[in-house]
Amino acid sequence: MLQALHSFIGHDAPGGTPGQANNQLWALIYVLIIFAGVSVAVMAMNWLERKALAHFQVRLGPMRVGPHGLLQPIADAVKLLIKEDIIPDEADAFVFWIAPLIGLLAAFTVYTVVPFGPSQAVSDMNIGILFMLGVSSLAVLGIVMAGWASNSHYPLIGALRSSAQMVSYEVAMGLAVISAILMTSLHGLGLYGVSSQSDGTGTLSMIGIVQAQQEQHVWFLFKFFPLGLIAFVIFAIAMVAETNRAPFDLPEAESELTAGFHTEYSGLRWSLFMLAEYAAMIAVSAIAVTLWLGGWLRPFPNLLSGPTWDFIFALFPGLTFLGLGAVAFLGTARMPKHPYFKIQTIGLAGFGVVLAGIGVLLLAVPIAAKVSNQDFLNRSTLALMNVYWFVLKVALFMYLYIWYRATWPRYRFDQLMKVGWKVMLPISLGVLIVTAIVGVIL
Amino acid sequence: MTPVATPLFFYMLSGIAILGGLLVITRRNAVHSALALIVTLLAVAGLYLMLYAPFVAGVQIIVYAGGIMVLFLFVIMLVNLERTVKQRQFNRIWPVGLVASCALLALFLSVYEKGKSLFEGRPVPTLTEASNTQQVGVLLYGNAGQIGPYTFAFEIASLLLLVAILGAVIMAKKRI
Amino acid sequence: MLDITTLHYLVVAAALFVLGVIGVLTRRNVVIVLMSIELILNAVNLNLVAFSRMWGNLHGQVFSIFIVVDAAAEAAVGLGILIAFFRNKETINVDEIDLLKW
Repeated sequence: MLQALHSFIGHDAPGGTPGQANNQLWALIYVLIIFAGVSVAVMAMNWLERKALAHFQVRLGPMRVGPHGLLQPIADAVKLLIKEDIIPDEADAFVFWIAPLIGLLAAFTVYTVVPFGPSQAVSDMNIGILFMLGVSSLAVLGIVMAGWASNSHYPLIGALRSSAQMVSYEVAMGLAVISAILMTSLHGLGLYGVSSQSDGTGTLSMIGIVQAQQEQHVWFLFKFFPLGLIAFVIFAIAMVAETNRAPFDLPEAESELTAGFHTEYSGLRWSLFMLAEYAAMIAVSAIAVTLWLGGWLRPFPNLLSGPTWDFIFALFPGLTFLGLGAVAFLGTARMPKHPYFKIQTIGLAGFGVVLAGIGVLLLAVPIAAKVSNQDFLNRSTLALMNVYWFVLKVALFMYLYIWYRATWPRYRFDQLMKVGWKVMLPISLGVLIVTAIVGVIL
Repeated sequence: MTPVATPLFFYMLSGIAILGGLLVITRRNAVHSALALIVTLLAVAGLYLMLYAPFVAGVQIIVYAGGIMVLFLFVIMLVNLERTVKQRQFNRIWPVGLVASCALLALFLSVYEKGKSLFEGRPVPTLTEASNTQQVGVLLYGNAGQIGPYTFAFEIASLLLLVAILGAVIMAKKRI
Repeated sequence: MLDITTLHYLVVAAALFVLGVIGVLTRRNVVIVLMSIELILNAVNLNLVAFSRMWGNLHGQVFSIFIVVDAAAEAAVGLGILIAFFRNKETINVDEIDLLKW
């Protein structure tokens, strides 16, 4: 039992991911961990969005429910669960029921191939990126059916607009992804390196893409500069449009269409839509991180290599959580001294203690690994580092999503479609052609 | 990678596909038929995965389930009339169609029964799943300076898609 | 029964094909007729991929990719024609699309 745990926790488990090793139990455990992790991430994202938007707009956001609104997502979830479930009168009940489930299915199935490490994924499919693109395109069906089943004109128009937008930006997304896949076949080192022995074999598997970046010693963001950067920017814009987020959120904007395709949904069904939207955001950010930002690789694995630099970078997870705990303690110190706030002060201090405790635990692992040099601890340190850098990069993208929403006005629908077809598609085609030519010439 | 529980998955997926096909042709509401067709397409994609054709399965999901079915749903919503749901769904001569189709099925099954010996005793070749996409790419694009066996057909298929785009846009315009 | 051979896949494809043919012959709604045509094309694809597995080369899979491309083009143009006709005559019944009847 401990042997099984030992062989599967850690960097480079023998036999690869649970999917490759045909190990159903560990695959199930990974699926449960990912499910729990994504749910916690969605709740944290909900809180962060409201707080960050508020601070961008020079106000405070939720402050009452927990200390600094930390328990607000739980209050929201409870409210949505106890709301009355309303189905419109003439609506098609079966399609009305199944539409959020399709969106949720499409958003969560993508996590089967998201890689957190060289063997930390549920399954490393050989067509990993193709699978992700295909399954995320099934989300359009959920939206179309939600709008149609509501039997009301606002949701119908919102659903048609939203699905037209998603289908248009899928094309640009796919072409940007292809130009990143082209770079996996180069096998050369450095920014412009193409190996002379490259036999033109790239890979579509997500873990293979990150390993290609590791082998070429450069993130694909910087490869063939500026081609990788342009492809990344196209994907970054298309993924915001794909998930119906600002500035492309006309189909669900409140001032335009009274919440678009999910107008008639209330309570638990609406929360399923929100869960699907945030999960899809995290999933496409994971694609962007894997394809261009080096996945789980830490910064400068080749320039700053060696056991001391590895040890320094391994301390980052623990230091991050200790820093977060310090911020919580700072917040505790700045709480008003009125007795009304006593519970909140104690709660925030407790939260700070929990964060600091996690930080100490995460610091203990690499320090113990350095001191005792035991195999299990070494592999745990590597796995911890991989997961940490991946989650950090995805968290950066999540913050960017909130930043976009706070900063930019939304596109009008005809402007949106014009940008999608007349600007993004030609640029992504051009990047693809130039990448292919440069890859052949060099 | 050794396959796991193959008969279970085969019967489950083919059962879902055939049930979906039945629902497509019998539902009164066109949107329900479209939903059943999506289920059928996904089940067939699963069958492709069992046949060691991951690239075709990916293409099926992206193009068929994610593209063509969205197109169908759009058009169903555009031409949705209230009175079509209350009208008769099947032709007046539907028994003739049913009998003819059953005869066709009987023909198929008798052909398979007669030729059963052709399928036995053939060693199942081991297809490496790892390079399926690359091999399909070699067949489509060619390798090492030569064009592949299907490169010409590939170019004509892209022309076909261009013509289809033009045709669909012109057909659906209000005023040409 | 427990050993899945090529013949099993062919029988499933034949069943899908016949279901599609029944749909084309008996339904009155044009959109459902077009969806039955998609069922037929899928059955043919399944046949091709099953035989490709039996013979061990990939020609069947490449051909099935071409069929998917073909089906996309045909669905687009067919639905365009349907929309154009619907604008003229406000009906999607196969029996009522008889402007060319003598």
